[in-house]
Amino acid sequence: MDWSLVWKAAIALGALALLFGVLLAVAAEKFKVKTDPRLDELLEAVLGTNCGACGYPGCEAACNAVLKGDAAVDVCVAGGNSAVEAVARVMGVEPKQRERGVALVHCKGGLGESSPKAKYQGISSCAAAELIAGGGKACRYGCLGLGTCKDVCPVNAIVIDEDHRRWVNREKCTGCGLCVDACPRHLIQVVPRDQEVLVVCNSRDKGSKARRVCSVCCTACQKCVKACDFDAIYMDQNRAWIDYEKCTQCGKCIDVCPTNVIVRVVPTRRKREKVAASV
Amino acid sequence: MSEIYRYFLIFLGSLLIYNILLIRFIALCPLIGVSTQVETSIGMAMSVLFVMTMASSASWVAWNYILVPLHVGEFLYIPVFILIIASLVQFTEMVIKKTSPPLYRAMGIYLPLITTNCAVLAAATESVKPGFLKLNVAYHFSLPETLIYTIGVALGFGLVLIIFACIRERLETAPIPHAFKGAPIAFMIAALMSLAFMGFANLLGL
Repeated sequence: MDWSLVWKAAIALGALALLFGVLLAVAAEKFKVKTDPRLDELLEAVLGTNCGACGYPGCEAACNAVLKGDAAVDVCVAGGNSAVEAVARVMGVEPKQRERGVALVHCKGGLGESSPKAKYQGISSCAAAELIAGGGKACRYGCLGLGTCKDVCPVNAIVIDEDHRRWVNREKCTGCGLCVDACPRHLIQVVPRDQEVLVVCNSRDKGSKARRVCSVCCTACQKCVKACDFDAIYMDQNRAWIDYEKCTQCGKCIDVCPTNVIVRVVPTRRKREKVAASV
Repeated sequence: MSEIYRYFLIFLGSLLIYNILLIRFIALCPLIGVSTQVETSIGMAMSVLFVMTMASSASWVAWNYILVPLHVGEFLYIPVFILIIASLVQFTEMVIKKTSPPLYRAMGIYLPLITTNCAVLAAATESVKPGFLKLNVAYHFSLPETLIYTIGVALGFGLVLIIFACIRERLETAPIPHAFKGAPIAFMIAALMSLAFMGFANLLGL
């Protein structure tokens, strides 16, 4: 066996490896880009889903803004209080708590409750359906149920069942508000997390008309307004609104609502609602 | 055969007739992986063009001035080329990061991906061992021929990747049966495009 080949191979490969190793080591020193060591810690501290809810393109941009002083320590909207605390700890300042909301779809009508006006067969996107004469649903205000909100949710908190009803998993929902912008009918709002009594209809139609197209709609009957002892409910544009500041969550309005569009959002024992606790 | 015509044949052969993605099916991972959006596929194509050209010329130099004189090329070319490609990519990444942050943001995330890309190794190998390629103008490449060959391969890669990404963007909203969504339909598209590219076979006697 010719051992000289082995030696030559070892020397050639070893010399090349050494050459490149030295080159890379020199380059690493020479072309070093100084980054703030806190950047990595900040990236750990924020939620890290790159949801963009803070208004910056990605978590890294948001963290850079915090380092520069352009953004406050509560920059991570989706991360909630734990993220605010973690970011504040890295930056060495007092945490400033921010109320973390939860998304609410203001519509209860699925295929069973809300009557159709046409069969929609286009691409599965609410925005597209809305452009084609408002999709297949007779209600001009209700949820189209095609799942655009579900698609943009970075934490998969929105579930759409076979009846086109939406369920927001309140444990997963971070209140980032991406779905609020995605919904072409502006049905989603971020509401305070501790608010349990909610109106789940957005119909601005007059009572009789709303009733014709949906069995779970607000008919603006005023019963809840009268029942409320705290003046927390008012009527505007043919639907009821709850003033979350005044509401004591006593639930009287729930009992009087004839169409059951005022609901109390609590986890029940039913299997589906175990995963997805609310409308 | 004039020199210019030979260059042209090498370029055309590596670009279309022996297209690296659709005829030879090398580098399927980026074909499926980074072809979901046109924007990312353009970034990837540019990075591949850049790295491939550099890697092939460096490999050509290493082959002709180190491996061949030592008579160790036949069994040592793969480790040496991998070493060269990986180091070069690392080095380029550092330089770009320092000198041009916008370019780094556009290309930087693809560079580490390319380090172990089989297309880059294939192009580097073939530029010194053209026998792998059934191109009948390919024998011992000179450095300019290596460059032309590599640019052809990289442009062919980019061309197919971008066309593929355009098709896949349209497929996003198409009513595809659930079981075919994602990679399965992508492979079918790749097969159909491959059939189309086979139409180039025997063009200009290549």
